[in-house]
Amino acid sequence: MGIEQKLGNLGVVTYRLEDLVNWGRTNAMWPILFGLACCAIEMMGSQAANYDASRFGMELNRPSPRQSDLMIVAGRVTRKMAPVVRRLYDQMPEPKWVIAMGDCASCGGIFNNYAIVQGVDEIIPVDVYVGGCPPRPEALIDGIMSLHEKIRTEKLGDWA
Amino acid sequence: MTLTPVSDTIQELTLEELRNKVGTGMEIENAEEHMLLSMGPQHPSTHGVLRLLVELDGETVVNLAPDIGFLHTGIEKNMEAKTFTKALVMTDRMDYLSPMSNNLGYILAIEKLLGVEATPRAQVIRVILTELQRVASHLVWLGTSALDMAAMSVFLYCFREREYILDLFEMVAGQRMMVSYFRPGGLWRDIPEEFVPAVRQFLDFMPAKIADYEALLKNNPIFLQRTKGVGVVSYEDAISWGLTGGCLRGSGVNYDVRKATPYCGYEEYDFDVPLQTDGDVYARYLVRMEELRQSLRIIEQALNKLPEGPVQISDRKIVPPPRAELGKSMEAVIHHFKLWTEGFKAPEGFVYQAIESPRGEFGVYLRGNGSSKPARVHFRAPSYVNLASLPRMSKNLFVADVVAIIGSIDIVLGEIDR
Repeated sequence: MGIEQKLGNLGVVTYRLEDLVNWGRTNAMWPILFGLACCAIEMMGSQAANYDASRFGMELNRPSPRQSDLMIVAGRVTRKMAPVVRRLYDQMPEPKWVIAMGDCASCGGIFNNYAIVQGVDEIIPVDVYVGGCPPRPEALIDGIMSLHEKIRTEKLGDWA
Repeated sequence: MTLTPVSDTIQELTLEELRNKVGTGMEIENAEEHMLLSMGPQHPSTHGVLRLLVELDGETVVNLAPDIGFLHTGIEKNMEAKTFTKALVMTDRMDYLSPMSNNLGYILAIEKLLGVEATPRAQVIRVILTELQRVASHLVWLGTSALDMAAMSVFLYCFREREYILDLFEMVAGQRMMVSYFRPGGLWRDIPEEFVPAVRQFLDFMPAKIADYEALLKNNPIFLQRTKGVGVVSYEDAISWGLTGGCLRGSGVNYDVRKATPYCGYEEYDFDVPLQTDGDVYARYLVRMEELRQSLRIIEQALNKLPEGPVQISDRKIVPPPRAELGKSMEAVIHHFKLWTEGFKAPEGFVYQAIESPRGEFGVYLRGNGSSKPARVHFRAPSYVNLASLPRMSKNLFVADVVAIIGSIDIVLGEIDR
């Protein structure tokens, strides 16, 4: 059927377990289905036909935090929403990563006022910041690629 | 920063606490027997960060109350701290599915306050772009509300066509979504040469795409079962609840701001206001699909009559001088400096300007106090008013119907919470 018939006996491949696990983690990353504001529309755009995030194993957005391992904070986080974001993050099983998408999630953006949390890193740890208001889908995908690079160098012991 | 404890916001609350939280909006009929369910703010079908408190008898909705404010950004207050032109970027981020419409409403209000009118060419370009925006916004509405009813492919098709419109916006404004292209007294700059042929190409292929979407949904038995007779609003109720936009016209009320109080020369265009009388989710779907076609008609007429000429008025107290003048004229330098440091001053007064945004009547109250900053800005957000009818629409229906109704109201939380 596939590659095994062309190659015959494939034999044994030796590989570092850490690299293999990290490779697996980068290629089946399920983001939580969670949008806050304008950036969520561009996030949807990056998953739709033209930009097609499923090329990177990310077509599956999980509506439940318990089934997801990447949180893309897409939009401005308000003081009222902050406890909810934190709770969603806490509900995600480890290993988990966070992308702060857009200026508002990264640093408050143009909204420096009473209502907006000045960067989501005040409440949850962020791995990758994607600038832009809103970032283009290409920028988000670039952020995801940066995250993949980061994951490939992670040590298994870091999550223990 | 200090966070309020999580238990304060989303844990199971006692009845009294719940009453205090939702205010008087929600009556709870039978707290012993019925289930109180919190739906959202993270929920795939609430179209943003809307939270619904639902009292359920089995699967039937007995009472329902929306809890909003999860996206409150303080936009109206923030705008008071900026000059009229600089506050424009705030309006983009309110209704993020139709930034052009928001820009237009705000800019028209400023122009009304100043007593100026944009040039004919600018007016026509404004019409083209806001109608393109209406198509883009309706495509997102169609895609996401079909997705809520498990029709995945519609979503993918809609976003494919929407990308084309976003490319057009990028062509004129340099940004895909947050364009800030309309400025007091005209436009930021003229449209590029390739814009008109690109829009014509869009007009060529779009009608076939709309027919494709209809082929997927219009006679689809699952879609019909989910939408027909669901969330019915009568003619009288639609008026008394203050609905506007597709929700109002789905109930048979012939009201469109473009016809009732025309702006930007809409009275010169020949288009129909689509009406349906059933008032259910399906009727709203039919109305918006027909609006797509009418928008294409308007765009075509606008392209045909697009006049030559400047896109900005020549009043240097409002519109900055072109870059080329700055090297030659001292007066131009002074105007440039004054406009970008201080801004223009608006007279004292109070205006209301309504436009037909994709969601309904988008109104801007603007008060000037003689300074270069608005003394008060208030927006009449159509989806805020339309959302208020959700509890009445969804009474005695199933939870799944609530999802369909939310989709059909076409809410944008950025606009509701502001």
